[in-house]
Amino acid sequence: MALSRFTSSSTARSSTLLKPLTTAFLLRRPISSDTTPLTIETSVPFTAHQCEAPSRSVETSSKELLTFFRDMALMRRMEIAADSLYKAKLVRGFCHLYDGQEAVAVGMEAAITKKGFHYNCLSGKGGSMHFYKKGSGFYGGHGIVGAQIPLGCGLAFAQKYSKDETVTFALYGDGAANQGQLFEALNISALWDLPAILVCENNHYGMGTAEWRAAKSPAYYKRGDYVPGLKVDGMDALAVKQACKFAKEHALKNGPIILEMDTYRYHGHSMSDPGSTYRTRDEISGVRQERDPIERIRKLVLSHDLATEKELKDIEKEVRKEVDEAIAQAKVRSISSEKERASVVGLKFSSESPMPEAHELFTNVYVKGFGTEAYGPDRKEVRGVLP
Amino acid sequence: MAAIFQGIGAATALSPTPSNCFDSKKLPLPSRRSLSGRKASFVVVRSDGSTNFGSGSRSQKAQKLITNAVATKPDSAASTSASKPGHELLLFEALREGLEEEMDRDPNVCVMGEDVGHYGGSYKVTRGLATKYGDLRVLDTPIAENSFTGMGIGAAMTGLRPIVEGMNMGFLLLAFNQISNNCGMLHYTSGGQFKIPIVIRGPGGVGRQLGAEHSQRLESYFQSIPGIQMVACSTPYNAKGLMKAAIRSDNPVILFEHVLLYNLKERIPDEEYICNLEEAEMVRPGEHVTILTYSRMRYHVMQAAKTLVNKGYDPEVIDIRSLKPFDLHTIGNSIKKTHRVLIVEECMRTGGIGASLTAAITENFHDYLDAPIVCLSSQDVPTPYAGTLEEWTVVQPAQIVTAVEQLCQ
Repeated sequence: MALSRFTSSSTARSSTLLKPLTTAFLLRRPISSDTTPLTIETSVPFTAHQCEAPSRSVETSSKELLTFFRDMALMRRMEIAADSLYKAKLVRGFCHLYDGQEAVAVGMEAAITKKGFHYNCLSGKGGSMHFYKKGSGFYGGHGIVGAQIPLGCGLAFAQKYSKDETVTFALYGDGAANQGQLFEALNISALWDLPAILVCENNHYGMGTAEWRAAKSPAYYKRGDYVPGLKVDGMDALAVKQACKFAKEHALKNGPIILEMDTYRYHGHSMSDPGSTYRTRDEISGVRQERDPIERIRKLVLSHDLATEKELKDIEKEVRKEVDEAIAQAKVRSISSEKERASVVGLKFSSESPMPEAHELFTNVYVKGFGTEAYGPDRKEVRGVLP
Repeated sequence: MAAIFQGIGAATALSPTPSNCFDSKKLPLPSRRSLSGRKASFVVVRSDGSTNFGSGSRSQKAQKLITNAVATKPDSAASTSASKPGHELLLFEALREGLEEEMDRDPNVCVMGEDVGHYGGSYKVTRGLATKYGDLRVLDTPIAENSFTGMGIGAAMTGLRPIVEGMNMGFLLLAFNQISNNCGMLHYTSGGQFKIPIVIRGPGGVGRQLGAEHSQRLESYFQSIPGIQMVACSTPYNAKGLMKAAIRSDNPVILFEHVLLYNLKERIPDEEYICNLEEAEMVRPGEHVTILTYSRMRYHVMQAAKTLVNKGYDPEVIDIRSLKPFDLHTIGNSIKKTHRVLIVEECMRTGGIGASLTAAITENFHDYLDAPIVCLSSQDVPTPYAGTLEEWTVVQPAQIVTAVEQLCQ
């Protein structure tokens, strides 16, 4: 649908020349400010267990869709960048990539905070598997999968104890769904009516083991038995948003609920896993073509004429630049000599010490430590005084 | 984390130990006296704000050496309560009193465990609390240690102060992942964003023919988890004090109780008090040998001490109480005085608290030792059911007496 384009930055409400003749004809409005509600249907209906499925029609807006697009593109770009950084040995340890599954994160954030979403955890010493941000209510990623489910239920318990009227989302994968802790925590949450939402991100592979080889019952949303569940197309950000909103309301009234997000990851489980020894490349490219979350939003945006192809490409370029800049900054910070740092960028990073100092090894072991000294391994060199 | 000393002039003269010098009852000990004068040269870095020694008279600076060795069963609270008559109660009641006072004081304190609520606790520690505080503060959990410990930790992350009870410490093995990875490490990996002010408590130790799986000593398994503190209570006085201190502490604390000590009776003060979590307790000052012990073995040691005193020895008995970190200040002072160490513990020989303590003492006080450290621990076997066999797995007073005699030769 070709529509004339208004170059002014004011919204098209200021123009009376073109009016929509049918709902299909939409005036193109500037990307960032249009919040007129749009109703879009999710790709597939929800499947419910022991509860009423929410409706397939999702209320959204141009602004929201474009925010989704941008956020998902940013995530995708970040994951790819992490991939190359890991291969360049700038990121060590484990690196678990999330590309393909962006819709789950983005949709969930939209349902709960309506804000963008940041990982910002520079003060922690946990590495890639242990990010936390107390201020945003992000209680962390955990290395031993399944252990975070009782933690999440504990958070929900504290919310109920303090009568906060808030909910907790505890996320785990299809691999971790076979952990006993999950069922123990579900039992307790259902007994005590805790506002806990357990989200199973089912990407069909637990590291290298396919779902059908690990789980007798692949219907993870039904595993709660007496706890209601909902199966959601995890590649559709709008479906995820709808489901999370529904779950939030449900959990506050009726106690725990399980959401199963049917999603897919393109990369292997971690960087040492090529991802193709236990599945075919055709499968991966098939999903990428048919169900990719970013492509879906792109098609929606284009078909509803909310932005042009070029504008979307511009967003992607902008996102790429943002990620590249962030990486460059991080690289600069990781250079330990001040001189080198200053010469690379010419900016004042010299006052920061990006690589942790040796004494930081011992900070935060206890909340209130014993003021003792810490020695190096030969017990001759004093490393520092513990707080 | 060990409190470490920088000895200035560590090579001051130590008089060589004459053999058979312990035969006489009264021992002129000139060399010992000069030792005590050296104390001022040590730089000790202590935790801040730990000037509360918990019990007035039990000063760990045992400079006043009691040279006439009269065996007294140290009623540790006797001196404090002599002037103010307190009230008498059993150890489990003392724990409950501490718990109740803290729950009154802070609405964020809650208890969760199996049968703690309506049943009143399998050892009656939480009896009556559910009716007083309601089901949301005294929570009966299903038998799912892993998840309810995890939930306690999750709740602690948001600011609640849960007390997780393991009906028997051995059951907490099922929660090891949560205790090690989440409880101990979250404060560190989150860069201090989250603190876990949780208390994990429960009875452990060898009971009366409870069988192998109900007679476990978990302090040896938990001791290397970074980020947690461990304390073991042994008398009603320190049980209440340590319980209160543990609840108020912002670090995760594991409080080890003992199945056989719940019915100990003692008179404790009426007024409020807390015990320092990182401090050891001087049970009986002495001169010839330092006996380090904790929990139930304290009573075996005191029994042996009676025999030893009759034989002419003067043992110094210290209840280490703080299993992680060790109170090397008190222990060190004692070693500098007596130069001989005997560790009596209920843990297994391999990898137990005694093993760590031996290493810590050797590292820090090797120069002060006149004899190798002797560590008496339980046998490395699962605890048998048969009464006689069970007796042989743990250290008995007769063995302690023999060990002291051998050590002091």
